[in-house]
Amino acid sequence: MEKFTVVEGIAVPLDRPNVDTDAIIPKQFLKSIQRSGFGPNLFDEWRYLDQGEPGRDNSSRPLNPDFVLNDPRYRGAKILLARENFGCGSSREHAVWALLDYGIRVVIAPSFADIFFNNCFKNGVLPIVLPPEQVQQLFQSTAATPGYVLYVDLPMQQIHTPDHGALNFVVDAFRKDCLIRGLDDIGLTLQHADAIRAFEQKRRADAPWLFDKQNSK
Amino acid sequence: MSGRTLYDKLWESHCIRRDDGGTSLIYIDRHLVHEVTSPQAFEGLRLAGRRPWRTNSILAVPDHNVPTTDRAAGIADPVSRIQVETLDRNCQELGITEFGMNDPRQGIVHVIGPEQGATLPGMTVVCGDSHTSTHGAFGALAFGIGTSDVEHVLATQCLIMRKTRAMQVRVEGMLAPGVSAKDVVLAIIGRIGTAGGTGYSIEFAGSTLRSLSIEGRMTICNMAIEAGARAGMVAVDDTTIAYLEGRPYAPQGACWDRAVATWLDLHSDTDAGFDETVTLDAAQLGPLVTWGTSPEMVAPIDGVVPDPDQEPDGVRREGMRKALHYMGLSPGMAITDIRPDHVFIGSCTNARIEDLRAAAAVIRGRRVAAGIKQALVVPGSGLVKRQAEAEGLDRIFLAAGFEWREPGCSMCLAMNADRLQPGERCASTSNRNFEGRQGQGGRTHLVSPAMAAEAAVQGHFADVRQSVGKG
Ligand code: SF4
Repeated sequence: MEKFTVVEGIAVPLDRPNVDTDAIIPKQFLKSIQRSGFGPNLFDEWRYLDQGEPGRDNSSRPLNPDFVLNDPRYRGAKILLARENFGCGSSREHAVWALLDYGIRVVIAPSFADIFFNNCFKNGVLPIVLPPEQVQQLFQSTAATPGYVLYVDLPMQQIHTPDHGALNFVVDAFRKDCLIRGLDDIGLTLQHADAIRAFEQKRRADAPWLFDKQNSK
Repeated sequence: MSGRTLYDKLWESHCIRRDDGGTSLIYIDRHLVHEVTSPQAFEGLRLAGRRPWRTNSILAVPDHNVPTTDRAAGIADPVSRIQVETLDRNCQELGITEFGMNDPRQGIVHVIGPEQGATLPGMTVVCGDSHTSTHGAFGALAFGIGTSDVEHVLATQCLIMRKTRAMQVRVEGMLAPGVSAKDVVLAIIGRIGTAGGTGYSIEFAGSTLRSLSIEGRMTICNMAIEAGARAGMVAVDDTTIAYLEGRPYAPQGACWDRAVATWLDLHSDTDAGFDETVTLDAAQLGPLVTWGTSPEMVAPIDGVVPDPDQEPDGVRREGMRKALHYMGLSPGMAITDIRPDHVFIGSCTNARIEDLRAAAAVIRGRRVAAGIKQALVVPGSGLVKRQAEAEGLDRIFLAAGFEWREPGCSMCLAMNADRLQPGERCASTSNRNFEGRQGQGGRTHLVSPAMAAEAAVQGHFADVRQSVGKG
């Protein structure tokens, strides 16, 4: 996983509540068996005027001029500003892969859906929860100021804005450490392999039906 | 000391260790796998030179991409075919049990797990699929995970998690005829909102839940995720145990008796405390229909499409406007004036035998209305299909003008050939009415199986209580 310490970049405001993972990456692109290449189809149904299909050349497709990602002001954005319950719906990690592939490293919202929130950390994307008033303020400032750049400092747990100074945010200590060091969860868990084995043995004795009866044809 | 909730019991019995920061290592008993969210996990495992920790905890099935028409012809779409073949190959190479596309037991992953007895009380159940919450109906801790976590469970049999808060949703009283578990869960989501359960695991309780069949409880737990909850669950009782007895993967003989004895403790203690409690009166509930693009946008069948101008919150108001625009509806329109083009009876929410029986009871001796372009029944599994055929339900559907298909996810998310065209409207028994969910530009109205059937024969949404009353 790519390490995350600080990210500085343009914030693109996506002004809708309950943005679901079907909207972030529509299902036809889930047929891929790869982890990469989803960026051009991020928000496909909102971003383009025609219907996207896997394997198509996206560079020649007609863009929806009303969709915020297509506004030249926000080109190269690394930060996504969103509304409540961002990432709800399907568990598809492809949604995070698409954001990352597009170049988004930080998503700021008043609330996130649980699975999406977790998936972000697994891929070096930082989801930040801020109070609704602060998110609203960021939406307003972004709209009012072309080239509005945020500086996200994970070690300090702060977002620096061009006008408001610093906003503090909270992040789980374990998640933060994994992000900063770019750690692989699986390797960490396998350090406890003996504890897992011991637990499993006891469980097998207490509830053998969880182990023995399976895979009976 | 106050008693423990069902969630506490399930959590504590699977917690291997807890670190100072409050994250825990949780043991996973059952890992269900489908073709869409697993290829990158298997690939990651392979690249790291790892093997699955315990292959006999895994049950795999292709369901999202499979065609619901003639299976003998294989999968026409080459990209879908590769994904299904990738699952087949991964399972073969690693010795994982898979019900392949042509296995009579194949079906939607959340239908076949319980049907096989592969989901048992007291288990932790995960799948790379948000509707894994379905399995909580058995007094299990069941939740969806992303692909990185699929790989994590493959490699370690564990997940690193934090405990959620606990919510209890109590539903008390008798449901009127024609009002079903689907209406109950839509009412709950309408009440607490799609983010209302965020940060919680929800236990569904109360006399209404106790009186529901396992199928009905699964419908409710299935949609716990639409309320934002990590998991949904229902305590074990005699209904749970009666359902499981004799299922292929359930224990037998002395082992069964021992298992049942432990399962009967899987309920919240009477003095257990919840962080949040919500109560609904079943007697107040009627059939519901969603009018928007989020499952919380729900209205009673005798109601009207709401007016965004009446909504005080600005963000919500804008969300309602966008939804109405997408859905092609105007404020004040009667729900019964909405006319679907398609009717879809299927999905892991409502494609079990009881759902098909409820729909068939409504359409028996009636015909699909002329304005309906297509009415589909897609059973949840091969075994559900066979059971329905043994009961003659297929003939009722076919005689009415429905199509009778092979099992799979189908038009619930339109990854296979079954999908809406832009602007088309569907009465659907599935769980998500998001933009484009059933095909780009498609418009979804979520309803119960009986309400979908009634809409099919009337050509517009209608109150199924009236025809159930007559029957
Ligand atoms: S039926 Fe629909 S909700 Fe259920 S697993 Fe399939 S795609 Fe997901």
